[in-house]
Amino acid sequence: MKAKETFLKWLDGDFDLLAHVADTDEHPDPGRAELKREKRHINRRIDSSKAEHRVERAEEKGFYALYTLVAVVSCVFLIGILLFTISSLPRYGVENPETTEVVRRYVENGLEETGAVNIVAGMILDYRAFDTLGESHVLFTALICVTILLRIDNKNMQSRYEDYFKIRMERYHELTGESIAKIVGMVLIPSIFLYGIYVLLNGQNGPGGGFSGGTVMGAGLIIFAATYGFDCVDRVFTAKRLNLLTFCALGFYSFAKGYVFFMGQNGYENHIPKGTPGAILSGGLILPLDIAVGLVVACTMFGFYSLFRRGSIGGGWKSDREL
Amino acid sequence: MDFITNIPLFTIVLSLFSGVLCMMLSDRAARRYTFCYEVLLIAGVAAVLFYTVKTGQAFTYVMGEFPAPWGNEIRAGVLEALTALFFLIVMLCSVTAGRRFLLVDVDDSKRNLYYTLINLMTAALLAMVWTNDIFTGYVFLEILTLTSCGILIVREIGRTTLAAVRYMIMNLLGSGLFLLGVVLLYDVTGDLLMVPMQADIARLSGDPRNMLVITMATGVLTVGLAIKSGLFPFHYWMPDTYGWATPASGSILSSLVSKCYIFLLIKIYWRVIGIEVFEKMPVRNILFVLGVCGIVFGSLSAIRASNVNRMVAFSSAAQIGYIYMGIGIGGLPGYTAAIFQIFAHSVTKSLLFLTTPRLAEASGNSLKFKDLEGSAVRDRNAGFFFLLGAFSMIGIPIFAGFSAKLLFGTAAVEVSGDRKILTVILALALSSVLNALYFLRTVIRIYQKSPNGDRTRMLHRADYNVPMGILTVLNLAMGLFSWIFADLIQSGLLMFG
Repeated sequence: MKAKETFLKWLDGDFDLLAHVADTDEHPDPGRAELKREKRHINRRIDSSKAEHRVERAEEKGFYALYTLVAVVSCVFLIGILLFTISSLPRYGVENPETTEVVRRYVENGLEETGAVNIVAGMILDYRAFDTLGESHVLFTALICVTILLRIDNKNMQSRYEDYFKIRMERYHELTGESIAKIVGMVLIPSIFLYGIYVLLNGQNGPGGGFSGGTVMGAGLIIFAATYGFDCVDRVFTAKRLNLLTFCALGFYSFAKGYVFFMGQNGYENHIPKGTPGAILSGGLILPLDIAVGLVVACTMFGFYSLFRRGSIGGGWKSDREL
Repeated sequence: MDFITNIPLFTIVLSLFSGVLCMMLSDRAARRYTFCYEVLLIAGVAAVLFYTVKTGQAFTYVMGEFPAPWGNEIRAGVLEALTALFFLIVMLCSVTAGRRFLLVDVDDSKRNLYYTLINLMTAALLAMVWTNDIFTGYVFLEILTLTSCGILIVREIGRTTLAAVRYMIMNLLGSGLFLLGVVLLYDVTGDLLMVPMQADIARLSGDPRNMLVITMATGVLTVGLAIKSGLFPFHYWMPDTYGWATPASGSILSSLVSKCYIFLLIKIYWRVIGIEVFEKMPVRNILFVLGVCGIVFGSLSAIRASNVNRMVAFSSAAQIGYIYMGIGIGGLPGYTAAIFQIFAHSVTKSLLFLTTPRLAEASGNSLKFKDLEGSAVRDRNAGFFFLLGAFSMIGIPIFAGFSAKLLFGTAAVEVSGDRKILTVILALALSSVLNALYFLRTVIRIYQKSPNGDRTRMLHRADYNVPMGILTVLNLAMGLFSWIFADLIQSGLLMFG
């Protein structure tokens, strides 16, 4: 009976996973007392009689079995009709002039129109640049959400206070020991950064670009922070600087693309040189935009790691709060 | 080309930039900046609305140097401009009226991030309204999903985190299904822009093999967006999400976010699938049945609710049911009624979600019905606004809710067969009775004299009363001059086709 009740309560939104944790909210949580009372009531009912308890256990088992059965049946049904739909899709690789009109122009004229050898880069940063503008802000939004959830502040400090000191202690140990990791890191980290920069700058000429290059650089930063400790990273990447970097990159992105859209629609020349295809300075805006996206991605990756590890982006909790 | 046609581009790009900018500003500066910026946006969008009404046709805006099937495009017609205008006004009123609650619910160091999310959300809402490209719709749908979770968890109590986790799971399921639908459609048509897609689908719909894929894609898209907007079997995330969020967020989530998904769905039906092709599919009738179920079961859940916020949240489920019922009725009148209901409900629900926390504040921070006794006497303005909102929800004439119900009734009579007419009329009658049952119960309770009526009266300031007044005036305008709005919506829908 308990499982069923809990499930029904979950459906109603009444189920309280956090009933046993002290509320971090300083204001009285309306409805909490009532829920506790309900919970006690349920507990009492469950304890009331053993025979009844046994019946409830059986019912609970039945409920679980039914739940699993319904879930499995509906999933199998969904998989079945989706597979059936896929079987009636057009065959892959068969030339169909009506559905490949768009793709053909990307492949045939992409190099000439965007100046990028890498057609994918030309497509996402020139033909369909508006989508990519949104996509880079998706990352930024995710960073803001994680910051709201995890950055230590007055409201969630109570629950994270002990964590915070534990992390301080960990960081102390991190700095004193583990020399193997440091030596490996010394070899590995510069090459990772170099590779990241290479991937970032060659987005218009080969596989790579902002998202992949930024991820590699972000991974380099994370390994740096993990082997040498946050104190080392914080000397360069304070929260303020990381925020400023993100701001400049995304601001540049928005304004550059806004300019291109505006000029394009109103029929003006936008005066952005395309360059020689294959050279590093080619592809018009693709290179600067790749750099901007790469910086945002690297900052976001490092920001996630830092927030999960210690509850602030750069510097200790104090310096983060002063921001 | 007139300069006004550039405004839709500016609204999206500048909103994205404002979001990033607010991260760098202090709390105060971010708040003031957001306020000024939103006022500017409203003026701009109003200009677009005026322009499209004057010229009598929609315009498209090429994003970049490459024309329709290759580059991105946005589009503005009467309906898009009207929707954007409504969304922006409700957004500004919610944020302004909810500011005082933000001071309590959000930590000092994170209040500027709240405005960051609000600006990003504005960008996403506007992009989803203006878009003429189904994949752009998906990208900004992601931003909307993330920002809506963000403005929920910003309160940082265990309950909002828990509610956000569930909201996020449901939302991601919806996003995944939506993407699946887009991929299926792309596979058969080879396009992502709405106009060439519709032409391809009209050509393909004769072939049963392709029609199967198109029907399946429509179904998957519909289920995805129905989960996100909270149609009947998927509405259980609503009470927690709306009820525990900080009031400004609750109001935005219930009146803008879920409505924006429905608007995108309607846009897809008209501009991607093509309304003639869509009306032949069984999807419409399923939506009709689920909509009617939502109306009944949402109201029944609202009657059982023990706290006022949960009651208002469950009544949202019923109101979402109305919108889907309108889609199910179909035809021009059905969609007009559905979109009218989107506006009417967003105006009313934001009013209700912003008054209940004030009533609770006057009753020792308790949202329980028995504690709310006499709260309207202690906080007269909030009580009055709640009364007006409740009247609109019940469907008392001169309020927007009544006009919406009237439009649904007439639409059913104009378009449908006998059985559907009967179902719609019965659903409307039943829902009105149920609405009256639980809203009047609340109204009577909050106006009752309570034994502990000597509590201090609430202070009122212009930053609460003015936005609430604007929402009320909009509500009354929609009730009294409903034909103006209905005509605008109808001409916008005709531009869609």
